[in-house]
Amino acid sequence: MIPLSYYLLLSGILFVCGVLGFLIKRNIITIFMSIELMLNGVNLSFVAFAAHWHALSGQVFVFFVMVVAAAEAAVGLAVIIAVYRTRETLNVDRVNLLKL
Amino acid sequence: MAGAINLLVQSHPINSALSLIVVMAALAAEYLLLGAEFVAAVQVIVYAGAIMVLFVITIMLLNAGAEERTKGSRVAILLGVPGVVIGAVLVAWTLLNRPNAQTVSIGALKGDPQAIARLLFHEFLLPFEITSVLILIAIMGAVVLASRPEAGARGARKDGQ
Repeated sequence: MIPLSYYLLLSGILFVCGVLGFLIKRNIITIFMSIELMLNGVNLSFVAFAAHWHALSGQVFVFFVMVVAAAEAAVGLAVIIAVYRTRETLNVDRVNLLKL
Repeated sequence: MAGAINLLVQSHPINSALSLIVVMAALAAEYLLLGAEFVAAVQVIVYAGAIMVLFVITIMLLNAGAEERTKGSRVAILLGVPGVVIGAVLVAWTLLNRPNAQTVSIGALKGDPQAIARLLFHEFLLPFEITSVLILIAIMGAVVLASRPEAGARGARKDGQ
């Protein structure tokens, strides 16, 4: 029997790592991976609560979160490729114009 | 968790991607421990399989190197790390000091595919259809964004001349 708080603690740590990476990283791909890390932290808390309350709908929501994450990764990486093609850089500090 | 910290520490994006795969695999094991077999399988297939392959291919395609340091990042680390540590300690203290902390038994809830499918196609049918539309839009957007802009640019140049 593992207390629910341990799962929530791990989930919070993953989310905090994602926020930290989002704020301090300069590479745009690493920033994207930090976003995925945040989504995974939320997923873990969803599954932990689903097991705790004996409600299966939490796992269905994890499924939806994964679908949204996949769509977001596909569109985001396409945006990254488009940005790299025009800017020749992956550093977010140098991407300061929205126009091509 | 070590993988998550490694993701932050590494400066080269391919190392970050590989440590993220470690995090995904560990989370899949956690889901299995919680009895969510279907979610664990989907985690391995979708995250560790599809999304990470997408990331690694993009890193390879763009030939990404190690990131360079800026003055702003040092200031962000100096200010951000104590703040994040304080926040994490507060969360941990709150969670671990709950007097009525309940426990989650391993494998308490059967997350078998049959039950999840019944829930997904009865109660959550409308969100399911909406996500399918979302996926379709995402596919079209990705194709439009990542395709080479030469065709449209050539037409515009011809108009300009």
